[in-house]
Amino acid sequence: MKNCLIGAVVAFATFGSIHSVQAASRDSVSIVGSSTVYPFATVVAERFGRSTDFKTPTIESTGTGGGLKLFCSGLGTNTPDITNASRRIKMSEYDNCQTNGVTDIVEVLVGYDGIAIASSTESAQLEISLNDVYLALAKDVPDADGKLVANPNITWKDVNPLLPPTKIEVLGPPPTSGTRDAFVELAMAGGAKGVPDLKELSGLGADQVDEIKAMMVKLGVPLGVYEALAERKGKAPKGKDVFTTLAYAIREDGAFIEAGENDNLIVQKLQANPDAVGIFGFSFLDENRDKVQGAIVDGVVPTFDSIAGGEYPVSRPLYFYIKGAHVGKIPGIQEYAIEFTSLKAMGEDGYLPERGLIPLSGAEFIQIQDDVKTLKRLELQ
Amino acid sequence: MNNMSKQSHYKTTTAIQASLKKRYATERRFQWYGRLAVLTGFIFLFILLADIVSKGTPAFTQHFIKVDVIFDREKLGIDSSATPTEIAHADYSAAIKSSLRTMFPDASTRGEKKSLYRLISVGAQYSLRDMVIDNPALIGTTREIWLPAHSEAGSYLKNQVSKDLPESERKIKDIQIKWLDTLVEEGRTESRFNRTFFTSGDSREPEMAGIKAALYGSFYTLLVTFLLAFPIGVMAAVYLEEFAPRNRLTDLIEININNLAAVPSIVFGLLGLAVFINFFELPRSAPLVGGIVLALITLPTIIITSRAAIGAVSPSIHQAAMGVGASKLQTVVHHVLPVAMPGILTGSIIGMAQALGETAPLLMIGMVAFIMDVPGGVTDPSTVLPVQIFLWADSPERGFTEKTSAAIMVLMGFLVLMNALAVFLRKRFELK
Repeated sequence: MKNCLIGAVVAFATFGSIHSVQAASRDSVSIVGSSTVYPFATVVAERFGRSTDFKTPTIESTGTGGGLKLFCSGLGTNTPDITNASRRIKMSEYDNCQTNGVTDIVEVLVGYDGIAIASSTESAQLEISLNDVYLALAKDVPDADGKLVANPNITWKDVNPLLPPTKIEVLGPPPTSGTRDAFVELAMAGGAKGVPDLKELSGLGADQVDEIKAMMVKLGVPLGVYEALAERKGKAPKGKDVFTTLAYAIREDGAFIEAGENDNLIVQKLQANPDAVGIFGFSFLDENRDKVQGAIVDGVVPTFDSIAGGEYPVSRPLYFYIKGAHVGKIPGIQEYAIEFTSLKAMGEDGYLPERGLIPLSGAEFIQIQDDVKTLKRLELQ
Repeated sequence: MNNMSKQSHYKTTTAIQASLKKRYATERRFQWYGRLAVLTGFIFLFILLADIVSKGTPAFTQHFIKVDVIFDREKLGIDSSATPTEIAHADYSAAIKSSLRTMFPDASTRGEKKSLYRLISVGAQYSLRDMVIDNPALIGTTREIWLPAHSEAGSYLKNQVSKDLPESERKIKDIQIKWLDTLVEEGRTESRFNRTFFTSGDSREPEMAGIKAALYGSFYTLLVTFLLAFPIGVMAAVYLEEFAPRNRLTDLIEININNLAAVPSIVFGLLGLAVFINFFELPRSAPLVGGIVLALITLPTIIITSRAAIGAVSPSIHQAAMGVGASKLQTVVHHVLPVAMPGILTGSIIGMAQALGETAPLLMIGMVAFIMDVPGGVTDPSTVLPVQIFLWADSPERGFTEKTSAAIMVLMGFLVLMNALAVFLRKRFELK
């Protein structure tokens, strides 16, 4: 029983020490954010921790949106110092940062990543266009009269007679993922622009209210969509806003399956089902070449060179953002960023491209290195 | 008359016998259903264990390659008057690369040279650095040193890669296979017990990754959990069972405790984020916060099992103690608790084992993270065993597949150990 009493005393002591812990500052860099940047950031952090006297940064994989939310929640040791992102910071997120006192943000572009549309090596290699992707996966697609109707396509052959008659079954990331954001933006919207009416709609300005509404009628879209957008934005929406609402919507009838953030799981499921198609980051395709193969999109095979050269249509930039106010208070933030942007990490022969990061071009690279050294403040208008 | 009674008697017995036969058959069937249920459970368990063990066993060995390392001053980038700091920051990877080129002069193109360098683990440069720091006299000499192999080369040496696959479909290239075969012929490769797995923290290189950081993290987290949950849980149980009056209020408390045991653990994680991190401003990713959250999850289990154990103590012990003039407190502390202890300990250890396997609540408080350094205390950032398993399962590198299974084996080993401890303590206290 004495042990029990001692335990109780220690427990109270632990509670008592909470106050002293609060005052203590953190001595390792805290990083959150995108699961796509995570594999690269962790490699940098490991090398940084092993080769310098700083502690190894801790890195959480929270997704781009979740990371920016934590990052912008304020200043102080219990908020992260750096957040990784697989897309650029949005205006709304930037504003949120500003209102919470996170005014000094440094943006660092680290490279590019391709999104692979892949299937098992046991199936025939798919050869599709972005328009096919849109027609296969959009919630509403134009019918013979050009009106948008609920997606009737069941097999790939329905989408394009040149494709095989297998059922459309696509495993992809959930809406919280940066990969999903990039996929809808690049592949879905890119494919929707293959429909002339939709393309015209996307080019209309906010002042062309009548033209937008006329086009919506032509497409068979209820005008309520316009009103809802206007209400949400608090001002007249542009044609592009209506377009993204239509093009970014992925079908919910079971043809598209949200497979969670675990890309390895998608690879395993593709192996088990040769008819299924998966959507994930290029680095996973590169690591699993014996199990899965990338589809040829718009005539381009996803390879390191085709993504770096900008020929592969579904690729996106990767960033990280530094909280300027923490630099100097928490040791190692700027040193970590310098290691990340060094030639031996991010350069063409560096250790990050070896892991599947598509490096920046020469001029961009020098600019970014300079921004990190001077901690250039990000200004969004 | 007599005849009739005999006949009816006969009828009854045949009816009983017939129904008896049916009842026995039903019982036999029922027993078979039971056996089938047990068997199915065992088959699933066996498949699971066989899969994990067969995948995880290779992770406990690691291949080393003997390299004639030339500690050349020029390649290391230091001069004869180098200070210890300069020695620590010298370019050891360049030394390894030039040594490999000397061994295999046939690597001519840039791609071939890159493939050559990929035979040796990235971590080798750090072990060389440590060797030179310990013994600076090595500089300027050439030594045969066993260096850890890269995970891809290692997986070839472990016969996990089929040579029949086309070159484009495997990570290891034909030329690397040629070099590795030469090394094997010359006796320059060796398979050893993988000590790194137990002595280092997480890494992005599969061959350098270890579970030490996660083990320490689990230890610190469970320490905090135990120090909080055990005393609070037992005190609450003793008070509720022995001292508290029976009224509406205590009934309400009891119902709440039972309900709390069924609350999904992620809810506690959200609570931890809102209260301990955002309000009390405790550090993110720390075992302190993780331990407090897990203590909240295990508290109901400990209270409920402890109450049951205390309630099961025979009233005669109570009455005897009271009879000889013991106070209520003396009765509880001297007589009831020692008898109830085996039950309390079993409940607590099972509660702790449950806490050892939790990941969901830790996600919210930042313990699901890449953490390489071994934590030195409850406020250092750290991760725990099940989280380490999750992170490795999610890594793109193929070498992590076996690490994942190996880590599961370690975690299961600890769970078995904790349950065995529970059994042992129960037996020991029961004998007294």
